[in-house]
Amino acid sequence: MDALYQEIILDHYRNPVGKGLREPHEAEVHHVNPTCGDEITLRVHLAGDGEDARIEDISYDNQGCSISQASASVMYELLLHHTVAEALATHEQFLALMNSATDGSAADEEVLGDALAFSGVAKYPARVKCALLSWMAWKDAVSQALAHGGAR
Amino acid sequence: MTLLDPALRADFPILSRTVRGGKPLVYLDTAATSQKPVAVLEAEREFYEQRNAAVHRGAHFLAEQATDAFESARSIIAGFVGGRPQELVFTRNATESLNLVTHAFSSATAKHAHGAPLPEGAERFVLRPGDEVVVTEMEHHANLVPWQELCDMTGAVLRWIGLTDDGRLDLADLDVITERTRVVSFVHQSNILGTINPVAPIVARAREVGALVVLDACQSVPHVPVDVHALGVDLVAFSGHKMLGPTGVGCLWGRAEVLASMPPFNTGGSMIAVVTMERSTFADPPQRFEAGTPNVAQAIGLAAAVQYLDKLGMPAVAAHEHTLTEYALAALADAPGVRIIGPSTAEDRGGAISFAVDGLHPHDVGQVLDDEGIAVRVGHHCAWPTCRRYGVPATTRASVGLYNQPADIDALVVGVRRAQRFFGVA
Repeated sequence: MDALYQEIILDHYRNPVGKGLREPHEAEVHHVNPTCGDEITLRVHLAGDGEDARIEDISYDNQGCSISQASASVMYELLLHHTVAEALATHEQFLALMNSATDGSAADEEVLGDALAFSGVAKYPARVKCALLSWMAWKDAVSQALAHGGAR
Repeated sequence: MTLLDPALRADFPILSRTVRGGKPLVYLDTAATSQKPVAVLEAEREFYEQRNAAVHRGAHFLAEQATDAFESARSIIAGFVGGRPQELVFTRNATESLNLVTHAFSSATAKHAHGAPLPEGAERFVLRPGDEVVVTEMEHHANLVPWQELCDMTGAVLRWIGLTDDGRLDLADLDVITERTRVVSFVHQSNILGTINPVAPIVARAREVGALVVLDACQSVPHVPVDVHALGVDLVAFSGHKMLGPTGVGCLWGRAEVLASMPPFNTGGSMIAVVTMERSTFADPPQRFEAGTPNVAQAIGLAAAVQYLDKLGMPAVAAHEHTLTEYALAALADAPGVRIIGPSTAEDRGGAISFAVDGLHPHDVGQVLDDEGIAVRVGHHCAWPTCRRYGVPATTRASVGLYNQPADIDALVVGVRRAQRFFGVA
C-alpha cells in the first residue's frame, strides 16, 4: 500500500498544482477512462512552432481517484516551461515506467523526478490507466495544437 | 437469522485461497461473477472425459450421448426458471441474449422493407420511425446500448422510466409507455442499486398498449426464485457465470410463440431447415438461434450449477442473501461517512450494495480493500447513466452470494474504515 500511495502522490492529490482551466489555449481535449468513468479536460498553451515550441501552460479540470489526480498535478510541474520535444521525451519515460512491470522496460530516473513516485502503480495493472489518463490527454492536446499550427 | 450452513464454502475451492501476501480471500464481487462449486467443474470435466462429441449431427454413440447431455442441460435450466426446454436458447452470455432480441427487431424491420420472407407473426418486430422503445434509467449497458443502436437503425425513439432518490423506479413515469411503445425492456434486479423492480405493473401497462416485454434477469435468477411464466413477460435474458455456472454460456428464455415469430440472429450451420444456393429456411426455436457448434460443456456445467442451487433451494438462497443484505445495510448505515447509493432497506432489494465514501474515490477505497484481501467492484458497473443520476462518477460495490457470511461484511466495514484513515478523511 505504501509503495503504491507514496507521500508525494498523496500530497499532490490533496493539493494539486496547476488545476483549473485557463486562457489562452491552442487545443482542448476531453479524455475519459471508460472502465471507471474518470475524466479530464485539458488545455495546452504553446509558444513557438513545432517541437521547439515551449509549453507555456497546461490547464486542466479532472475528476478521479488519487492516482489520476496526482498524476495530472505531477505532470503539470514536470512538463511546464519545457519544449515540446523535451516533454515528449519525458512522456516516453513515464510510459516506460508504467510498463516496467509488464515489459521490463527501464525508465530514466533523472528525467522523471517526482513522477518516479508512480513506480508502485506499475505493479497494479488496473491502476496504470489512472496514472496515464492525464499524460495521454496532454499528448493528444499537444499534437492537436501542433497540427492546427495554432501555437502563437 | 436465516443463513445457509457456512460449511458449503468448502464446495468452492477458490474461497480457501489467500491473496495479496497471505490474506484470506473475502469475495464480495458475486454480482460481477460468482465463484464455482466443484460440482460444476466436475460436470464439465466428466463431459470432456466421457461424452465429448459434436451435438445434433453424426449418428455415433458419443454423438448421441453428447446430444442427450446437452438437451438434458437445456431441460434442467429451463425447468429452473419455470420454462419449457423448447423455450430456452443458449447464447454466449446475457449480453448476446439481449442483442439477439434487438437484432430480431432490426432484422425484421430491414427484411420487411423490401418484402423478404419473415416468420409468421414477425410484424411485431417491425419498427417504424416514431415507434418507441422503453427502458429504465437503471439499466446495465447491455440492456441500453443495443436498444440505442436499434433506434439508430430504425428511426424508433428511446424513452425511459426515471428513478426516485431512494433508488427505485419512479412508477409515476409509467405513462412513458404509450400506444407508440413497441417494446419495454427492463432490469429485474439492478446490478448497481440492488433494487428488485416490480414486474407486474410494468407488464400490465405494456399489455394495455400491446408492447412486447423483455426482462434482464441476470441479477435475479441467481438470487431469488424466478418463474418466467408467472412473471408474464415475453423474453428473459440471464447469464450462466453469475449463477455458479461457467463463463461462455447465457440464456434467452422466450414464450414459444414469440420465439417462433423471431427471425434468426447468427446464421450458418445447425440453424437451418433447407439450404439451396438461392436461399435458406430456418429451423424452429431454439435451434434457429443456435448457429454453429454450441457451448455444450458450458451448458452442462450450468445445468450442474442449477442442480446445486436447486439442492439448496432458491427460497433458502434468497432468505440467506436477504439476511446478509439487511446485515450489510445496517453495518454500512452505522459507518460514518458512508452513503448507500440505492434503497437503504432490504425490502425488494438484493445484495448488490453500492456506496460512496465521503472524500474518497471508489478506486482508492477498492485499493485499500484489495490490500486486505477483500474483492469488491469499483467503477460505474456498466451503468454509467445510473451513476450520473445519483451524481457520482462511480461507486464501490459489495455484492453477496450464497457462500458469504456476516464475517465478510464485518471485514468490509473494517476495510472501509481503514481506507478512511489511510487517506485521512476520518
